[in-house]
Amino acid sequence: MSEATSQKIPVTVLTGYLGAGKTTLLNRILSENHGKKYAVIVNEFGEIGIDNDLIIGADEEVFEMNNGCICCTVRGDLVRIMDGLMKRKGKFDAIIVETTGLADPAPVAQTFFVDEDVQKNARLDAVVTVADAKWLSDRLKDAPEAKNQIAFADVIVLNKTDLVSKGELAEVEARIRAINPYAKLHRTERCSVALADVLDRGAFDLDRILDIEPDFLEADDHDHDHDHHHGHDHHHHHDHGHGLKHYHDEDMQSLSLKTDKPLDPNMFMPWLQNLVQVEGGKILRSKGILAFHDDDDRYVFQGVHMMLEGNHQRKWKEGEPRESRLVFIGRELPEEAIRKGFESCIVS
Amino acid sequence: MKEFTPAPDSASIVSVTDRVKPVALGMAVTSAHFLGDRAAFVGGEENVAFVDAKGEITKVAVHSGGILSTASDGKRIVMGGDDGKVVSLDAKGEVTLLATDPKRRWIDAVALHADGAFAWSAGKTATVKSGKAEEKSLEVPSTVGGLAFAPKGLRLAIAHYNGVTLWFPNMEGSAEFLPWAGSHHAVTFSPDNKFLVTAMHEPALHGWRLADNRHMRMTGYPGRVRSMSWSAGGKGLATSGADTVIIWPFGSKDGPMGKEPAMLAPLQARVSVVACHPKNDILAAGYSDGTVLMVRLEDGAEILVRRNGTPPVAAIGWNAKGTLLAFADENGDGGLLEL
Repeated sequence: MSEATSQKIPVTVLTGYLGAGKTTLLNRILSENHGKKYAVIVNEFGEIGIDNDLIIGADEEVFEMNNGCICCTVRGDLVRIMDGLMKRKGKFDAIIVETTGLADPAPVAQTFFVDEDVQKNARLDAVVTVADAKWLSDRLKDAPEAKNQIAFADVIVLNKTDLVSKGELAEVEARIRAINPYAKLHRTERCSVALADVLDRGAFDLDRILDIEPDFLEADDHDHDHDHHHGHDHHHHHDHGHGLKHYHDEDMQSLSLKTDKPLDPNMFMPWLQNLVQVEGGKILRSKGILAFHDDDDRYVFQGVHMMLEGNHQRKWKEGEPRESRLVFIGRELPEEAIRKGFESCIVS
Repeated sequence: MKEFTPAPDSASIVSVTDRVKPVALGMAVTSAHFLGDRAAFVGGEENVAFVDAKGEITKVAVHSGGILSTASDGKRIVMGGDDGKVVSLDAKGEVTLLATDPKRRWIDAVALHADGAFAWSAGKTATVKSGKAEEKSLEVPSTVGGLAFAPKGLRLAIAHYNGVTLWFPNMEGSAEFLPWAGSHHAVTFSPDNKFLVTAMHEPALHGWRLADNRHMRMTGYPGRVRSMSWSAGGKGLATSGADTVIIWPFGSKDGPMGKEPAMLAPLQARVSVVACHPKNDILAAGYSDGTVLMVRLEDGAEILVRRNGTPPVAAIGWNAKGTLLAFADENGDGGLLEL
């Protein structure tokens, strides 16, 4: 992590449908003996029992940016709150933003991309979504917000696993994976998850895209989290690849692309930029590691809707396969067009 | 530390850096004012630091947390804090509690009227207190971004998302909405009461001519405008946000409509704060690299007040006579200059 990045205050966004256990997780984070001070931004001031010195009530005001891009929305209240919090720098180490159960995480994330002043002082660490193992399957059918929150997540805390059978758990996991195979998934009871699994994830840090996601972009995502509460479930890791039922979510999917041939940067960059311009409303998240023709440096990028950021990350290592891998998570993705466009950027 | 590079057209810049009395406040500073003959630097949290002519510092506790908003008329400073309180501080250093939000919400904006009335906002609600009259409140459709009193009459401008609401607190049903898409933060009336200008969330200003509500878009800034100051007599509005001081002409009846702004004092750094002299056509500008310049509006002639090489300048203020200039950077290192 660069020095500039490490000095910025990390911000964790906590989402989840009503009743999933967000507040339980929040209190768990705050009450653990970590020696850190958090500023907590909640949606309803003073009405939830949260034990913390610095609690700020937010109004969840979603503002369109005045740039003609309708999916480019920010949380106006967050801009204001961040501004105020920066006057108290040094009084806290990190920020947690809890959203309402009905909130779309995108405007929260985009606030940290778009706003110059927010960006100067803070960095988005990860979007953590708490999901209710018993009810999530139903919510995915009737609540688009729930689906958005799963699709957007870097970390999913699948809570209340004690209230479902093994079969039901497998079912809900399969439904989650149909939408977002890339998030880290933790099965919990009463949100009992190690803090390191939800905080300091660096999920939006270009330098850490690979470090935190060893299974990055692999079609069969393995859960390497050996959760001791679920020791009996240890065949799970193998099930993921083979035995698990494969769901296809009708409107939210992920799409991964891969090639071991080099990409032409003069073709690829305009293609990617055009893709997010045209289809950015449908693309919730995107990430990629790219091997360009005649380039010894690895290029990494990530995006939220129309917003992209990318950079050369480091030299390709000796013996490291120079593969390009991309993933898009979104709604009604035009898969064929994306695949064709991507292939046309490969140097033949 | 890099040497200060004078603007290309000024062969040798006049420097008064040796006449500045340095001030080390030891606290983050957000604005500078004068109360009586003392400079008053408002901190990022808790304190205001008075500095007298000898450079002696006296700190006064005003809030039990962050100080979010500030307004001053030269007699007192009114502040809003994240402790939910509105307080005022006078020249003697006496603190008066003016109001407390019942839910202890953040006081995001404050404004002060020449006749002593004051206003504050918490969330979507703006409240005005005038003399002995009861407090009057108005709720706008979204969180208040900024407040300003009109120079004439008791009229309040309330900036928010997608426009500004103009309100005569003493007239029932008088709220008038001036729409413009986007999020509006700071708001200011021209001293002649003819124009209203907001600093927007995107790097732009928006203006209305109040006679007919005609729009004025003032764009082209590389960064958000965080500081605006009317020149003596109100002929120009000086602004931060670019690597030169941008001054929009408001001298004619059309204001800046169809006109280019003046661009003075270019540097290789962003202007972070501007303060116009109260009587003469001179302004002081602070930059993101710590430089402070005095600039003559007529020809752009510059005088160096402080060299670069520090955190951004966060605060600049003149006393009412225009004989004293106070400034400080984000870390609270500043100075006083007697002219």
